[in-house]
Amino acid sequence: MGEENVLIVPGRFDQIRTITKFVTAGGEAAGLDENTLFHLELCCDEASTNIIEHAYGAEDIGTITVQYQTTKEAFKVTFQDYGRPFSPDDVSEPVSYKDVNELSEPDLGDFLNKMKVGGLGIHFMRKLMDEVHYNFDPEKGNELTLVKYMPDGGK
Amino acid sequence: MSTSDLVINVEKLKRVVLITVAGRIDSTNASELDDVLKETLDEGHNNFIINLDKVEYMSSAGLRALVSALRESKKKRGDLVISSPSPRVAEVFELAGLTTGPTPLFTVYENDATAVGSF
Repeated sequence: MGEENVLIVPGRFDQIRTITKFVTAGGEAAGLDENTLFHLELCCDEASTNIIEHAYGAEDIGTITVQYQTTKEAFKVTFQDYGRPFSPDDVSEPVSYKDVNELSEPDLGDFLNKMKVGGLGIHFMRKLMDEVHYNFDPEKGNELTLVKYMPDGGK
Repeated sequence: MSTSDLVINVEKLKRVVLITVAGRIDSTNASELDDVLKETLDEGHNNFIINLDKVEYMSSAGLRALVSALRESKKKRGDLVISSPSPRVAEVFELAGLTTGPTPLFTVYENDATAVGSF
C-alpha cells in the first residue's frame, strides 16, 4: 500500500491495452470491484487516446508514463506526457448529452465535431471517476490524475 | 476477416443491412467498423441494424463511428439502430446520453428480429 507502480510506453494506440491491463491489474489488487475496473479501463483508454490524438497529435511522437498508487482512501492513476498542453478544462461538455436526442442535423454535426476533440472521453472521466485533476508544467508536461475512492473509505 | 480483436459480419436484407460486430471496439480498430459502414453507405444502403451482443468492450472511438454512420444514414432519409447491446456497451451508450430520454438518438432493440421489423 502506498507504493508506486510505473509504466512507460510509446504513445501508440496499440499500447493502450498494455496501459489498461497494467492499471486494472493494480485496481484489482487494490480490491476495486468489476464494474469499477471496467470504468477504470474505459477512462484509461480515453485518457491515453486523448494524449496520442490531441497532446501529441499523432502516434510515435512521444511516450506516455502511467503510474498508479493505492492508499487506504483511494486508487490514484496519473498519466504524464510531453505533448502540447491539453487540459480537460479546455474542452467544454460537447452539447448536453441529455439533449443529444433532440439534435437536428446541423447540431448532430456539431456534436460529432466536438467528439473529435476528445470531449466524450473527458465526459466519461468526469462522470466515472471521483476526482479528475490536470496540471501542465513546462518541464514535466501534461499530468492528468484520475482518483477513485475506495468503497467505505478503505478498510 | 480481421487480424484485430474485431469481427464484423455484414448481411444485406431486403430493407436493411444487418451488421453483427464481435470483440472489442477501441481506437486501434474503430476505423475498421468505420470503413465497413462507409462502404455499405456508398453502395447505396441507408438503413442499418448494428448487433452489439458479442461486443465485450467499446470506447468513444466506437461511438464516434456509429454516430458518424447514423448521421450519413439520416442524410439519406434512413436510420441506424442498435440491436441487443451487451451490458457494457449499453452502459457506454447511456453514459454518452445517446440512448436516454424520450427520443433517443439511437433506438435500441432487444433482438435482430424486432429491429428488422421496425424498418
